[in-house]
Amino acid sequence: MSDNTLFIVFIAILGGALRVSTPFMFVALGECLTEKSGRVNLGLEGTLVLGAMSAYAISYHTGSPWLGVLAAGCAGSALGAMHGYICKLPKVNDVAIGIAMMLFGTGLAFFFGKAYIQPTAPRLGSIPLGDWTGNAQLATALQINSLLIIGILVAMAMSWAFANTKWGLIIRMTGDSAPAAMAMGVSVDLVRFLATTAGGFLAGVGGAFLSLYYPGSWNQGLSSGQGLMAVALVIFARWDPLRCVAAAFLFGATGAIGPALQSVGITQGYYFFNAAPYILTLFIMIASAGSKRASRDVPGELSITK
Amino acid sequence: MSSLPVQRFHISRRRFLHAAGAAGAAGLLTSTSQIARAAGVTIGIVYVGPRDDFGWNQAHAVAIKALKGVAGVKAVEEENVPETDACAKSMESMVNLDGADIILGTSFGYFSPFMVDLAKKYPKVQFRHAAPLWDATKHPKNLGSYFGYLNQGHYVDGIAAGLSTKSNKLGFVAAKPIASVLSNINSFMLGARKTNPNAVVQVIFTGDWSMPVREAEAVNALVDAGCDVITCHVDGPKVVVETAEKRGVKTCGHNASQAPLAPKGFITGAEYKWETIYKGYAEKLAKGEALPNMVAGGYDTDMVQNTPFGAGATEEARKAATAAIADLKAKKPIYVGPLKDNKGKLVIDKSYDNYDPYLDQMDYLLEGVVGSIT
Repeated sequence: MSDNTLFIVFIAILGGALRVSTPFMFVALGECLTEKSGRVNLGLEGTLVLGAMSAYAISYHTGSPWLGVLAAGCAGSALGAMHGYICKLPKVNDVAIGIAMMLFGTGLAFFFGKAYIQPTAPRLGSIPLGDWTGNAQLATALQINSLLIIGILVAMAMSWAFANTKWGLIIRMTGDSAPAAMAMGVSVDLVRFLATTAGGFLAGVGGAFLSLYYPGSWNQGLSSGQGLMAVALVIFARWDPLRCVAAAFLFGATGAIGPALQSVGITQGYYFFNAAPYILTLFIMIASAGSKRASRDVPGELSITK
Repeated sequence: MSSLPVQRFHISRRRFLHAAGAAGAAGLLTSTSQIARAAGVTIGIVYVGPRDDFGWNQAHAVAIKALKGVAGVKAVEEENVPETDACAKSMESMVNLDGADIILGTSFGYFSPFMVDLAKKYPKVQFRHAAPLWDATKHPKNLGSYFGYLNQGHYVDGIAAGLSTKSNKLGFVAAKPIASVLSNINSFMLGARKTNPNAVVQVIFTGDWSMPVREAEAVNALVDAGCDVITCHVDGPKVVVETAEKRGVKTCGHNASQAPLAPKGFITGAEYKWETIYKGYAEKLAKGEALPNMVAGGYDTDMVQNTPFGAGATEEARKAATAAIADLKAKKPIYVGPLKDNKGKLVIDKSYDNYDPYLDQMDYLLEGVVGSIT
């Protein structure tokens, strides 16, 4: 492998991490918030797709991609609020509702999105971080979108708020022990409703990134399961917002390995390399799942662990 | 097996309505579907995805749109029909409610068992499917296949691409290593080598028909590796063409016209011309003639075409591509041996006719293509 080959693979992995990670990051942060409050929302794949569609449609009609991002967040909150409200009703299983919401969200997006497959909407711009390098490929790889920075800031804010604010503590308490929260006079249903709504907002914004930045167009196969993977990433990141960001980067970077190796002529076994992100996730999960720390991080009220 | 009773109910209800309709009109007409049939030719077509996907489905929808202008022809369309029992229900309702004379199924998985069973159930209706799956020994006579040799379009793409590259590296984003995809890649390379003997085609397989994010990553990786013309064989080439345009490289299309997506770099694209086949069906049905069971062809029978040249095509490339189209119309072969595969094995020993069945079983990438099918 020559130096140039290594450089191309490095560029692709770096670029992949910066380009592909954002939707994973937003959905994982949204799910992290929801799960911290003690509820699982498996419907974020649907939220992601509906967010992508709404963002594209609103950007097309108003000419402003940032209004599109806002619309995506609102569409996501609406789905999140619906999930939150239904789960409040007695004897409702949040996992089952999540799957129903996933189908509802994608169905709604396909139905309203039909008219927006052909037209071209204004997209979000990129911030060139790599122009100083003087290398065209590196400069392209280092082009990032503001949403990536916003995502990292949101993760930092969430991480800080969970540890240091009253709201953060209330969410964690609701997630760890509903009886304790009730004893404190906190409305468990209201906290979970708000956490699911806010989580939906974040996932919707993740969808806006897909349709308005990368790959940057609306079509029905756009997400191809990224929302579901992001929900799994939360478990992988052990309910820590900052680790969610790291997991999203790792997932983006390893996802770029498959195409990158083929582009430099290492073509044997591409099915294996395309599966790299999943294999890596699996191994890290196995390596980390056994520890006592891992089981301590799980919110106690989650229906999947109870 | 819980779906079985539902299905039985569904069909019996339809049969009941059908019978009730016929009974209501007793003495005047024997069945509701004959009312529609008397009015002209009704074509029913079922798509697996949206009609405007800039790809496979759009290519069919464009042909149906052209058909709607023909007097006496009515078309009924349904989109986003999965390759399940749902397609059988869509087709059956086109037969019963719209009085369709012919049903066109455009997705691979519609054929067996759904279209085979329907053809047996409705022997007076014609069924045609867009992949070479019909077998005279096994399948009913009112069923059949049609398809186009799109590799001829990719050969023309290659001719133009060979003259458009500066780095001599051409990128190809492919979904799966099946014969039709491999034939498109090989033909693209042979076209490129004809006008530029130093050209190399670099392939990335994404592993599935629709993976927008991985397709975009593949384009970025190819451009980073120095490719300056990109083409593809995936279900919806929209993402590939748009990403390549953003990176400032040239593109060739696939399936339908992607010219509007790349105003700067679009060269030309391989397109089906289903219109020829569909018009043929409609004319024969209108005259009451029997339809052929197998229809397949390329440039010489007007079933394949190239997208009009875009801004990315130089004068030289346009001339060479136009000449190549004339050659294909005159049935000049694409695969002229001896040719080796990219592992050094002789695979094309002589000159093969463009429709030679030997080429349909292609399971190799030729020398000049960098890539592997496993």
